[in-house]
Amino acid sequence: MLAHAIFFYFFSILAIFSALMVITSRSTVNSVFFLILDFISVGCLFIMVGAEFLGMILLIVYVGAVAVLFLFVVMMLNVAQQKQSWFIGKKSTHIPSGLLVSLLIFLELLVVIGGWKYKENVMSSSNLVIDQSITNTHAIGSVMYTDYILYFQLSGIILLLSMVGAIILTYRKRENVKTQSYIKQISRDKSSAVALVEVEFNKGVKIDD
Amino acid sequence: MDYLIILFNEIYKILFLVIPILVSVAMIVWLDRRVWGLVQKRKGPNVVGPFGLFQTLADALKYIFKEIIIPASANKPIFILAPIITMTLALVAWAVIPLSETLVLSDINVGILYLFAVSSLGVYGIIMGGWASNSKYPFLGAIRSAAQMVSYEVSIGIIIINVLLCVGSLNLNDIVLAQKNLWYVVPLFPMFVVFFISALAETNRPPFDLPEAEAELVAGYQTEYSGMMYAMFWLGEYANILLMCAMGSILFLGGWLPPLDIYPLNIIPAPFWMIFKILFLFFLFAIIKAIVPRYRYDQLMRLGWKIFLPFSLIYVVLTASFLLYFDKLPKGSF
Repeated sequence: MLAHAIFFYFFSILAIFSALMVITSRSTVNSVFFLILDFISVGCLFIMVGAEFLGMILLIVYVGAVAVLFLFVVMMLNVAQQKQSWFIGKKSTHIPSGLLVSLLIFLELLVVIGGWKYKENVMSSSNLVIDQSITNTHAIGSVMYTDYILYFQLSGIILLLSMVGAIILTYRKRENVKTQSYIKQISRDKSSAVALVEVEFNKGVKIDD
Repeated sequence: MDYLIILFNEIYKILFLVIPILVSVAMIVWLDRRVWGLVQKRKGPNVVGPFGLFQTLADALKYIFKEIIIPASANKPIFILAPIITMTLALVAWAVIPLSETLVLSDINVGILYLFAVSSLGVYGIIMGGWASNSKYPFLGAIRSAAQMVSYEVSIGIIIINVLLCVGSLNLNDIVLAQKNLWYVVPLFPMFVVFFISALAETNRPPFDLPEAEAELVAGYQTEYSGMMYAMFWLGEYANILLMCAMGSILFLGGWLPPLDIYPLNIIPAPFWMIFKILFLFFLFAIIKAIVPRYRYDQLMRLGWKIFLPFSLIYVVLTASFLLYFDKLPKGSF
C-alpha cells in the first residue's frame, strides 16, 4: 500500500501543480505543455484506481489528438506581439465577461460539492452491480451499448453537428486556385493534349484562349 | 525491504529488455543502409567490423564526442526535452510487446491501447524540437509532421478496431492466441496493406518523409540538433520503426506463433518467430525506402483522409457484418 500511496501523491501533486501552471505561466506554449502534463498525470490516476480503459482513452484522445491540434494553433500565434497586447498594452475588456463565467463555474462547483452530502441516496437509487471478473473495457461496453445506447447515439450526433458547424464556419471558397484532378490527368490523351499548328512567320500563336 | 527487492527485480528485467532493443536498433540501422545500398547497386557500410556490422556503433561514438550546440534563440528547456521525449517514448512502448506467452514485461489488459497511446504521443518530440529550435525549417518540418502523424493515426486506430472485432480482447497475448488457426493477414489482407502504409507515414519513413525532406527543409525538425541530441532523435526514430513492425506482426502476422503448428517449425522458440516477423516487416520498410519516390504533401493528406479513412471504415462495417452473420463474434469473457 505504501508504494501505491507514494505514486498517488506523486501524480496528484503533479496534476495540481501543472493545472496551476497552465493558468499562471506567461507563455501560451508553456501553458499547453503543462496542460498535456496535467492530462498525463490524470490519466495515470485513472489507471491507479483500476480504470485503465478510461486512462488510456484520455491519453489517446486528449493528449494524442486534441492537445496536438491545440499546440499546433498556439505555436502559430506570434508570441512577441501577443505579450505586448495582452500583458503590457491597452487594458483588457474581457475581464467582466471572464469574471461572470468564472462566477458561474464557481456556483456550479458549489452545487456539486453540496450535492456530495446526498451521494449515498443517489448511488443506491441506481441498482449498479460491478462485476469484478470482467475487465472494465467489457463493463463499459456492456453498459454503453445496451442501457445508454440512445445517449451514446445522441452524443455522436452532437459531435457530428459540431464538426459540420466548424467546417461551415471556416470554409471559404477560393477563386483562381489550381487544383489537381487525377481523373482529368489520367484520362487525357494525345488527341486532346497535342496539336500540330502551322505557325505563320512573324505572327506566333495564341495559346490559353 | 520487500519493496527494494521488487524494485531491483523490475529494474533488472527492464535492463534486459532495453539493452537488447538498443543493440538491435543499431543493427537495424545497419540493415537499413545495407539494403538501401544493395538496391542501388552500392555496397553500403562494409568497413567497420564483419560486414560493416559495427558501423552504427562507430557512428554513435562519433556523435557522443561531438559538441552539443544549442542555438542562442532556442527555447532551451524544450529544446533539450524534445529528443529525450522521443527516445523515452520509443523505448517505453516495448514494455507490453510479448515475445512469447510468458516473456513480456507487463501483460496488461489494455495492451493495444497502450501501444496506440504511446505511439500517438511520439509526435510531441518532433513538434517540441521543431518549435523550440526557433528557426524556419525545423518549424515547417514540425508542422508538417504533426498534421501527418495525427491524420494517419486515425486510420491506424480504425484498422486496430478491425482486428479487435475479430479478437474480442485488448490484451496483446489474446490477440496473438486468437490467430492460432489463421493469421489475420489472410482475412484482413487489405487492412494489412493499409496498416503498413500508415505505419510508414506514422514513422516519417520514405515515401512519406516530408517532415525531413532534405530538398525542401534541410533536415526538417532536426536541423538545429547536433551531437548526442541528434543521435537520440535518430535512435528514437528507428526504435519507433521497430515498434511499428512489432505492432504489425502482432496484429496481422500472428506475433510469436509459428506459421504452422507442425514438427520442424514448432521446435523453434517463440521469441525467434517474433524476431523473424519483425525483421521481415523491417525489410519491407527498407526496400520501400529505396524504391519509392517521395509523396507531395497534398497527395499525402489526400491518401490519408480521402482513401485510407473511408476504406478502413467500410472494412470495419464489412468485418462486423460478416462476423455477425456467421455468428463468429468473440463471446468469451477475457
